[in-house]
Amino acid sequence: MTRTLGWLVVLALVAGLVMGFLVAPRDAAQGNVQRIMYVHVPSVLVAYLAFAVVLLASIVYLTTRRESADRIGHASAEVGVLFTGITIASGAIWGKPTWGTWWTWDARLTSVAVLFVMYLGYLLVRGMVDDRERAARYSAVVGIVAALDVPLVHFSVYWWRTLHQPPTMLKPGPSTMPGVFAATLLVNLVALALVYVFLVTKRVALLRREEEALA
Amino acid sequence: MLWKDALAERRSKEALNALFFFTLLLLFIFQFTLGGDRERLTDALPGLLWLGFVLSGLVGLGRAFLTERDHDCWEGLLLSPGDKSAIYLGKLAGNLLLMLLVEAIMLVLFGVFFNLDVGRHLPALAGVVVLGTVGFAAVGTLFAAMTAQVRARELLFPVLLLPVLVPVLLGSVKATEAVLAGEGLGGVTHWLKLLAAADAVYVAVGVLTFDAILEG
Repeated sequence: MTRTLGWLVVLALVAGLVMGFLVAPRDAAQGNVQRIMYVHVPSVLVAYLAFAVVLLASIVYLTTRRESADRIGHASAEVGVLFTGITIASGAIWGKPTWGTWWTWDARLTSVAVLFVMYLGYLLVRGMVDDRERAARYSAVVGIVAALDVPLVHFSVYWWRTLHQPPTMLKPGPSTMPGVFAATLLVNLVALALVYVFLVTKRVALLRREEEALA
Repeated sequence: MLWKDALAERRSKEALNALFFFTLLLLFIFQFTLGGDRERLTDALPGLLWLGFVLSGLVGLGRAFLTERDHDCWEGLLLSPGDKSAIYLGKLAGNLLLMLLVEAIMLVLFGVFFNLDVGRHLPALAGVVVLGTVGFAAVGTLFAAMTAQVRARELLFPVLLLPVLVPVLLGSVKATEAVLAGEGLGGVTHWLKLLAAADAVYVAVGVLTFDAILEG
């Protein structure tokens, strides 16, 4: 099952690369740098997906105490932090030629950075609590607090300051993005979502084996 | 559980003394590191004030559950009859009281050292401080209970708490800025609403999940 999924991931990634580099035309204003968007935007969406899964897994774990829920939360948080890191890194690489700076304290940059450190804290709790069952409970609580904090962070940071270009796709009204760009973005989103599912499945299996080995 | 609260009160006398000196030292450090430039200090005052609140809060909250741990009272808390969330609320009330006391002292000290006219802005300022501190103490109490049992407690507690507190801090500092600038609270109602929402969310999560933390 995982093997098929793995091949599917390879296929989707190749399709994403082909779309991103060969099919999608060079952006008129930004040039080739704009192609980073095909990694940047899907990464952040997948990261949000991952943290939503952490929230659900945390709630399920605290109510049912099923270890499988805990493993899914753990794996999803790790992969989510990974994708948040990719988002920040790719955004910085894009920002340097476009805005002239690696980093600014813009609203959405800041809220993603806060997200990043919050879930690093989540993983830190996991690493620092020795008792397995206790680590699961504690990190579930952190997972819930962090997820509920996301909207608060979003609004506070937005009011604090904003200069990021407004989202092009997820805003009301007809999209202003040409079809090819949107299609490329979508293909890459599917590819990275598959990567997420694949990594989480692998990690969950690994966690289960670790526990079996230690038991 | 009120009894628990009262116990925390009595104990907090020792904490209060130490925290009083801590805040005094903080003010010294602010002054030394930022120099004597009045203008610049006045601009940075809301930020400095909340920096002081955060640092003293971290120190104060970090030790909130240490008495239970050191004296092996954790089981006592576990075995106590009634709702576990009552323990959380009692602890929260105790911490809140301690923090508000320290913050009141700090405000007076700021008034003295930085020539801040506390009296004139007092009602609005007190409102902002209370709103911000409730959120701070609500997550802080929850995470302090959690990290009390962990090896690298002193490290893990701030690392967990600070990112979560970003919205509370931004809101509190912005509202404090408006108050100290003499603009009143009219222009920052959105921040006050955010603070109130944060307080409600944090206290609710604390009440609901404290059970899971206390288990052992």
